[in-house]
Amino acid sequence: MSPYNYLYVAGLLFTIGAVGVVVRRNAIVVFMCIELMLNAANLTLVTFSRINGTLDGQIVAFFTMVVAACEVVVGLAIIVAIYRSRRSASIDDASLLKR
Amino acid sequence: MEFTSPVLNYAQLAPMLIVFGGALIGVLIEAFAPRASRFSSQLFITIFSLVASFAALVNVRNQSSADAAMGSVAFDGAGVLLQGAILIIAILSTFLIADQENFTALAAAIPGSQEERTALQTDLRVTEVFPLTLFAVAGMLLFPVSSDLITLFVALEVLSLPLYLMAGLARRRRLLSQESALKYFLLGAFSSAFFLLGIAYLYGYSGSITLVGIQQSVVGGAGNDVFLLLGIAFISVGLLFKVGAVPFHAWTPDVYQGAPTAVTGFMAAATKVAAFGAILRIFYVSFANAEWSWKPAMVVIAVITMIFGSVVAITQRDVKRMLAYSSIAHAGFLLSGVIALSKSGLDASIFYLFAYGIATIGAFGIVTLVRDSSGEVGDLNRWSGLGKRSPILASTFAFFLLAFAGIPLTSGFVGKFSIFSAAYESGSTSILLVGVLSSAIAAFFYIRVIVLMFFKDPVEDGTSVVIPSALTTVTISVSAVVTLILGVYPAPLIDFITNTALFIR
Repeated sequence: MSPYNYLYVAGLLFTIGAVGVVVRRNAIVVFMCIELMLNAANLTLVTFSRINGTLDGQIVAFFTMVVAACEVVVGLAIIVAIYRSRRSASIDDASLLKR
Repeated sequence: MEFTSPVLNYAQLAPMLIVFGGALIGVLIEAFAPRASRFSSQLFITIFSLVASFAALVNVRNQSSADAAMGSVAFDGAGVLLQGAILIIAILSTFLIADQENFTALAAAIPGSQEERTALQTDLRVTEVFPLTLFAVAGMLLFPVSSDLITLFVALEVLSLPLYLMAGLARRRRLLSQESALKYFLLGAFSSAFFLLGIAYLYGYSGSITLVGIQQSVVGGAGNDVFLLLGIAFISVGLLFKVGAVPFHAWTPDVYQGAPTAVTGFMAAATKVAAFGAILRIFYVSFANAEWSWKPAMVVIAVITMIFGSVVAITQRDVKRMLAYSSIAHAGFLLSGVIALSKSGLDASIFYLFAYGIATIGAFGIVTLVRDSSGEVGDLNRWSGLGKRSPILASTFAFFLLAFAGIPLTSGFVGKFSIFSAAYESGSTSILLVGVLSSAIAAFFYIRVIVLMFFKDPVEDGTSVVIPSALTTVTISVSAVVTLILGVYPAPLIDFITNTALFIR
């Protein structure tokens, strides 16, 4: 099977994630969609690593996983803080700044 | 399988390592030092590591090497200038952040809860903000000198993650502040996913993750151009988001308004220097030979950004939102330096970044001083007559606004003049026309604020100007003096930049 097929899958996953970020209203779900996008990028990197025959892409993928983990820590801290003060994790409720 | 140990040039990495070290010490202080001594020790560590880092940078300013860390970090003249600008801005911002009146006493407490009241009564302070600042500064120092895609991505996240948290630490209007942190985080993470996908496609295009390797592929023309185009497009989304260019600007006004003002100033000034440093390096080093593929789109984005920022700023009623839209307009002006793609464009961009950053810190420093009983007063109508009440403060603010507008005898004039002439030399007449036009629009709303402050009667509604702390006074006066000097006698800095600024390949 041609490795390019994995690029199409990754592109599809990335699109699903991006659409999810725009459409969904719960901060946690939006956040999960962002993680899906990061993982789609990882799949792209690993596929290119296979196509190009170098290991650099796989190394970048490892770094991405670490960075994504850090992002979860910061993101959940912010979302939990918002949830505690509003009893809601909907990003539509957080609209005090819109005037 | 052989395993070679990495060769690191510690002298050239020292400015970043010192700041990272200071941040780690700050975390330890947070964990182990008694509460009473935390604030002074954190402030000392922060200032000390920033100053030591600057000294280390001055020490190696004339060196340059393409592989300071195994090809991951390029140390060159442009990098030194950008890092120096970031450090100076960071020191001035730390003075503002040290004024803890702007920060919540306990970030974890629910707004309006008993826990929060107790924390306020016992005079707790958020000393966490100092190590967070240092981590952000370290990421910013690394961002413009990264010369491979991994380092670039890691630096982007290291500078962003602390800023997301810092945006949520305001003492007053905490719901707004938390909301701005959430928006900044979600949109920031969204854009960094695009950035990462761009990295993946560029790697797919060239088979290399170094900026020089990508440049060689572009020159050789061996790879698949579709991947190159996708890579440039996605990586630009991530970078343009960080600088707040239209159409990726949606977070800017909300985050600028909601975040604590000292943090806003830091974010507006230092992030812009770091992100534009990285944009300049990537486009000048990697994509210069693929000009055909990105220049038309970049020209369109620069034009929309300039016009949108200037026009929407006119309608703003809040001083922080107005400054946010003005920063969007400035991002457009700075993009014309990227488009110029010449040595003079690079010099002008670096000068502009420095001048704009310093003036921004000063302006936001003044915003922290205009308060009423419930905190800072953002509403511009309540700023009317400020010139009669406190002439010195109002004239300083007016001076910064004139610098943003680019009136002669301020640093803004020199910056705008040099960046537009660089764009003109490179043949972008449209950029020049739109730039001058939108500068004129921008001047209108800056001057409107000045008229409001000096020629209207004060409103008696409890708005007052607090007496600034010593550190805030230092920040504002240093910013004002630098803005004036760069406007009256810019030659030494311009010469220095012209002789130093160069991207090593």
